[in-house]
Amino acid sequence: MNLDTWLPLLVVASSLLPGLIIFFLREDSHRLRTVLNLAGAGLKLLLVGIMIWGVFHEHVYETRWTLAPGLDLVLHADTLSVLFVTLSTVLWLVTTIYAIGYLENSPHRSRFFGFFSLCVSATVGLALAGNMFTFVIFYELLTLATYPLVAHRGTPEAVRGARIYLAYTLGGGMLLLVGTVWLHVLAGPTAFVEGGTLSRLPAEYHQQLQAIFVLLIMGLGVKAALVPLHGWLPQAMVAPAPVSALLHAVAVVKAGAFGIVRVVYDVYGVNFADQLGLLTALGIAAGITIVYGSVRALLQDNLKKRLAWSTVSQVSYIALGTAILGPVGTVGGIVHLVHQGIMKITLFFAAGNYAETLGIHSVSEMNGVGRRMPATTLAFSVAALGMIGVPPIAGFVSKWYLGLGALEAGMATWVIPVLLTSSALNAAYFLPILYRAWFRDPGPAWPAEHIPAARLETSAALLWPPLVTATLALAAGLFAAAPYSPLEWAALIAQREYGL
Amino acid sequence: MLTTQLLYGLAACFIVALGLRTALLHASLLHRVIAINVMGAGVFMLLIAVAYRGPGQQPDPLPHALVLTGIVVAVSATALALALARRLAAEHDDD
Amino acid sequence: MTDAIIWVVALPLAGALAALLLPRLATAVAVGTAVATSVSAAALLRGVATQGVLHYELGGWSAGLGIALRADGLSAMLLMMTALVVLAASIYTSAYITAPAERARFWPLWLLLWTALNALLLSGDLFNLYVTLELLGLSAVALAAFGGKRAAVAAALRYLLVGLLGSMMFLAGVSLIYAGYGTLDMAQLAHMVTAGPTAWTALALMTAGLLLKTALFPLHFWLPPAHASAPAPVSAVLSALVVKAAFYLVLRLWLHVFADVVTPAAANLLGALGAAAVLWGSWQALQAERLKLLAAYSTVAQLGYLFMFFPLLQALPSVTARDVAAGGLVMLALTHGFAKAGLFLAIGIIQQRSGHDSIQQLDGTAQRLPATTFSIALAGVALIGLPPSGAFLGKWQLLAGAVATGQWVWVVVTAIGSLLAMAYIFRVIGHAFGHQSYPNLPVTVAREEWPALLLAAVAVLGLGLAGAPVWQLLEIRV
Repeated sequence: MNLDTWLPLLVVASSLLPGLIIFFLREDSHRLRTVLNLAGAGLKLLLVGIMIWGVFHEHVYETRWTLAPGLDLVLHADTLSVLFVTLSTVLWLVTTIYAIGYLENSPHRSRFFGFFSLCVSATVGLALAGNMFTFVIFYELLTLATYPLVAHRGTPEAVRGARIYLAYTLGGGMLLLVGTVWLHVLAGPTAFVEGGTLSRLPAEYHQQLQAIFVLLIMGLGVKAALVPLHGWLPQAMVAPAPVSALLHAVAVVKAGAFGIVRVVYDVYGVNFADQLGLLTALGIAAGITIVYGSVRALLQDNLKKRLAWSTVSQVSYIALGTAILGPVGTVGGIVHLVHQGIMKITLFFAAGNYAETLGIHSVSEMNGVGRRMPATTLAFSVAALGMIGVPPIAGFVSKWYLGLGALEAGMATWVIPVLLTSSALNAAYFLPILYRAWFRDPGPAWPAEHIPAARLETSAALLWPPLVTATLALAAGLFAAAPYSPLEWAALIAQREYGL
Repeated sequence: MLTTQLLYGLAACFIVALGLRTALLHASLLHRVIAINVMGAGVFMLLIAVAYRGPGQQPDPLPHALVLTGIVVAVSATALALALARRLAAEHDDD
Repeated sequence: MTDAIIWVVALPLAGALAALLLPRLATAVAVGTAVATSVSAAALLRGVATQGVLHYELGGWSAGLGIALRADGLSAMLLMMTALVVLAASIYTSAYITAPAERARFWPLWLLLWTALNALLLSGDLFNLYVTLELLGLSAVALAAFGGKRAAVAAALRYLLVGLLGSMMFLAGVSLIYAGYGTLDMAQLAHMVTAGPTAWTALALMTAGLLLKTALFPLHFWLPPAHASAPAPVSAVLSALVVKAAFYLVLRLWLHVFADVVTPAAANLLGALGAAAVLWGSWQALQAERLKLLAAYSTVAQLGYLFMFFPLLQALPSVTARDVAAGGLVMLALTHGFAKAGLFLAIGIIQQRSGHDSIQQLDGTAQRLPATTFSIALAGVALIGLPPSGAFLGKWQLLAGAVATGQWVWVVVTAIGSLLAMAYIFRVIGHAFGHQSYPNLPVTVAREEWPALLLAAVAVLGLGLAGAPVWQLLEIRV
């Protein structure tokens, strides 16, 4: 049993198998379900640890399975996949604990946790995909696994929101499929290789490659919520908070952004993409999304919707980083994949806590909540400040590298204003929330106090996850220069991409 | 004589065409069933024409076997069609 | 293992006679025969995989005069699919049809249908094909009318007349072939047939007849009512296998026997009709109010995909590329067989439990039957062509072939068709999510739910993940 061949598959299986078992558990098998979930998460963490160590030392882990002539399913661990896998694994563990607390006594928990595990399996498979064919397969599997989560509550709004989600994501998947097939016909099975493989194709294919790029980015851009393909994201807020947390920090949106990173760096190669003029186009789309998302966030009163629009805006920083030629910009974009994930999940955890504990759904109801739920609001504040870009929280590091990268690439004229405008808008829609929470007096009563104030402000399973992720966000910023930090790892990826 | 074979062949095609036309255009069920049988007769005639090998020669027995099989099939199918039609008519009367 | 080739035909025939003679034991006989035939089909597949093309001459009469059975990779695979689907449907029916009088009438017809299917897949000459086509048609009609409801009988009658029309045209084509080439053996004809008026007319007649039987647009009008009114296991077999058999014949004729005669224009015509079938069938499925009607229209659409392969096979330059595309075609056909059968069986369960199959009123039933709903979801995934189903691999080859030959119209049609399929499948699945909870209902799978679940699982996981042998087996050909 060769570990090199089996490790990637085991990483995927460690959440798939518990998930399949969970489907068949009775609703009240609370303990068994928790054990299975946590055991799977723990095992996955262990395997990912091995993987990190191995990839750092240039070990090759690859699982390969032929599905059809010329079409191989390949799970391959390289620096970029390890980054995303680690993020997914850690945040899944945290979200599972949160979801256990959030969904206590809700119906259909077995179904929920079953699909929850499938969702993470699909995400990890996508992260480990070694070629476009495998990526497309897991991309679609992710859609299928997340649909039942969005529709979970079963209300007409939930089913409707899920249908819109599906329309967008399956449509995007179709575009991605056509682009990938086209690419296959032109260039054969396109494995992900640092530096890209398409530059070796003759010049007469360049126009087709440009068209393929547009198709691929459009397909990926649906999940990554690039304007104007973002319409599903605010609608998908009907899902329970753990789902929103997972979708927006880890799984779906990141999968789209991750795909864009893969296509630019490991399929086309960043220099070749720039040569074809594709980076500029991507950058413009990203820039528009960043500003538009922030503006729309400003206008929302519903807290989850405001956070959703914030996601639309923030994920495009990753696309922006991809569009900036040069290792510094690359580092900024890739590290933001991790930073945005940690910060956004904290925000969604906090929003979920407010809704579950006090029935708060909109910003206007948040007056004085800092006094009632200080720990949650502290976590919220740390994450919000990170989003704005206040040092030393993680978000600052990403924005710094993006700005620096733009200066080096000669794109500063429009990138810096976009970054500054976005930060200003972020401040405009986050700071008032913080002000309300900490400095305003609470109203006569909370909208619906489900969990009364006891020793802890809310249930433990709901409280600890946001605190943990907020601490991670702070640590990622403070200890950015430490070995194995997200920043160092992103620098390693950039190093291998540019062949430095 | 070859001209005879051709004559039979053309006649067969004509009968097939006739049957086809009625089967496609006529609405009445019984007409359709009979038309399909006429088509069948035409095809069988075609096969018989094909079996002709020349003046004074034994005709080819294979197409004859095919025709016999075809007749059996056609009869069975017609029986089934009429049985279904009768059931349909009975239900109609019960309404 | 040459004997397996005759067992797969003889066993169901013997079973049919036994079921007729022993009406009280009919179900046991039928299920026993099903198991035995499936084992023979597996043995046949193994035999083909290891020994290449298998021959058998009935009664020792040599080809040209006698009935020759021939099994190559394609027929063996389709035979195996037939066996598994009929086995699953038979187990399902043993719980679905319970009245002894009905059982006594049902099983002989069912086994005769199977005999006809197997004989058709193994026939080596054109007239034998005609006979098996007729046997298939008659038993299918009788089964479709089973139960005696007015809608079913009317639809079955129309099916019969259309089928007879098609058979007559097929026979006319066969006569022309005999007139022109003096033999009806397909392997011999493959070497002898050259382009000319005889070959063209014969091919046109035979294809027209077969297109009627395979319900290609615009000759599909008989299918939705017939498949939607038949009992659930019959619909499963009709949609998954019977129309597939006629398609198999078109494939054989166009790719093997008349390979030199086929022109790009003719292939494009088939492709265009297939495209129209995809769009029209998918659109109608979206409008359908009943589950069975949705499934029937979905069959019309899925067969269209199969026909869209023809222009690609004609235009692809290299033999390897053609083989890869042909494998995609077969994969799509196999996946559809399993998925559609699973879908109809699952719908049958819903219909039995709630008394209707209306989509609007699906909520409660779907939520009380999680295993069945999951089967529908799995089958739906395979029908849409999402990974990891075998249909995904098939669609990939369709798209790849279309892009490679520059025929982008098929890409657009496939994309639109897939999106429509997503719409009509998820319209049904949306009803599985409700806000009523059924506390402490463990997910159990009742005996009658297993066949549907397993069929759908084969379509999605079995063929999708372990489908590479399909291409290898396809290379074993006559």
